[in-house]
Amino acid sequence: MNDFAKRFLRSRSGMIGLVLLILLVLLAIFADVVYPGDPWRMVGRPNLPPFSEGFMFGTDQLGRDVAAGIVHGARISLLIGFASSVVALGVGVVVGAVAGYFSGWLDDVLMRFTEFFQTIPSFMLAIVLVAIFSPTLTSIVTAIAVVSWPPIARLVRAEFLTLRQRDFVKAAQVGGHSQFNIILHQVLPNALSPVIVMASLMVAAAILIESGLSFLGLGDRNYITWGFMIGAGRTMIRHAWWLSAIPGLAIFVTVLALNLFGQGLSDVLNPRLSRSNRT
Amino acid sequence: MSQAKFLLIRLIKAIMVLLAVTVFSFGLIRAAPGDPATVLAGEQGAVDPEFLDRVRARYGLDRPMHEQLFKYVAGIAVLDFGDSYQHNRPVIDLIAERLPATLLLTMTAFVLALLGGVAMGVTAAKHVGKWPDAVITVAALIFFALPLFWVGLMFILLFSVQLGLLPAFGMATIGTDMSLLGRALDVGWHLIMPAATLGLLYLATYTRMTRASVLEVMDLDFVRTARAKGLGERRIWRRHILKNAILPIITLASLQAGHLVGGAVLTETVFAWPGIGRLAFDALLQRDYNLLLAIFIVASAFVVFFNLVADLVYSLADPRIEVNA
Repeated sequence: MNDFAKRFLRSRSGMIGLVLLILLVLLAIFADVVYPGDPWRMVGRPNLPPFSEGFMFGTDQLGRDVAAGIVHGARISLLIGFASSVVALGVGVVVGAVAGYFSGWLDDVLMRFTEFFQTIPSFMLAIVLVAIFSPTLTSIVTAIAVVSWPPIARLVRAEFLTLRQRDFVKAAQVGGHSQFNIILHQVLPNALSPVIVMASLMVAAAILIESGLSFLGLGDRNYITWGFMIGAGRTMIRHAWWLSAIPGLAIFVTVLALNLFGQGLSDVLNPRLSRSNRT
Repeated sequence: MSQAKFLLIRLIKAIMVLLAVTVFSFGLIRAAPGDPATVLAGEQGAVDPEFLDRVRARYGLDRPMHEQLFKYVAGIAVLDFGDSYQHNRPVIDLIAERLPATLLLTMTAFVLALLGGVAMGVTAAKHVGKWPDAVITVAALIFFALPLFWVGLMFILLFSVQLGLLPAFGMATIGTDMSLLGRALDVGWHLIMPAATLGLLYLATYTRMTRASVLEVMDLDFVRTARAKGLGERRIWRRHILKNAILPIITLASLQAGHLVGGAVLTETVFAWPGIGRLAFDALLQRDYNLLLAIFIVASAFVVFFNLVADLVYSLADPRIEVNA
């Protein structure tokens, strides 16, 4: 077993996060096996409380199984969380790498551009984007990516600014490697550790943004989502608390799992940085 | 660089950012699918040809693109955001009416989160590795992972529905005749849950930041020197550690304060708090995009404004900024 895995196994928070995360991903993958059929379907009497027979999490006002919604909702939450983070990561790494490696005016322009996106209130921007381009999986993923990439760009830039001064980069330049090659094979791999940690936390943040959007009615109506379930259950809170309570717990557990996993990665990848944060 | 020059440059930068935000929202209207007039008019406005004509004339939508852009930016520069069809009133009036409620909510949440976060962070750092640290760190971890709108709903469920202690929504009790003090207390009563909800995430953030900052300062040489020269623990904490650890937290926090205005949409929606966040949600439901974009621009303006204030405070508090700027 390599050193990385050994150290990660020793990180308690990281392991708790990883186990929870694996369970959630499995649940999302096998949603159709666990709860076959359309989760929007009416299957029982309306407003059954949790732990009713056959309905672990109860049913909603139309007799739909809340547990089926939770399991199918895991798909959308995780899908949007990961997809938007991958897009944000791509944009952030490219912008940050170019700015940090080449510096000069290009750096100036790209950093002003980045600062601009950091100034705009992110959740408002996500709302405006999804509302104007109408809510679909693509527009939601794009909107979350648009508001999430700037911290990655700044982090990658900072790493590149220091790394490009190092001897191994100078050697590669003297050795006649192309700029693209140097960025991709020499500098980037050395800049990745903090980026990976930030990316895992970004997935968590993306899931929270997505849940807020669909709570406001800005989710893709073709899919059931946790945020939508909370929004729909909100009017019933006096009579059927579980309709909004349970999906919220699902979001909480998912986000917590990702944060713990990120903390674990951070302990392993940047032991010096995490020292003061460790529990 | 002199301080005045530094602030002037920051001011120009702030204006540039606001200009960029305005151009950006213009771009959004143009990029939206369909006729921009119907985008601006909103759901109801789009079926009223007369209103559509007014929107076209107001934004010069029959003119070339650069003229349209100029007209749009020039309008917003003098705070003319056009009309909202849904409310049949100028957008700026609607925002001005709702802004005080949002400021009351966000600033209360901010102050609570900052005070609570610093207190919790310092406590955790003081007892690092012992149980108070563990409890606070776990609490921060939990707060950090909670969807705020859901927390708000659970507060309503617990404190309004179950216990009947606090009002579930709104900013004031309607239809009662109260003295000025009575009204203020009533608003304060309504403010408790929304402010606690909005403050929770920031509380977690400031707790973590303070803890890390205090732990870092504790290890520095001047603290060891202070101990070596025999200063009392209380004095070391107050004069040496806290002073140095908390100043950067306050600076960072004021940078974030502006983001609260835009972040209040969910909290205001859950508690039917009559601020601009709730107004944004209504605009969203009615597809009143002109109003929505105006709120978006105003929310961005708040971030820019608070950044400027933070710069000002920072440059006054720390004379080195002249050199480093």
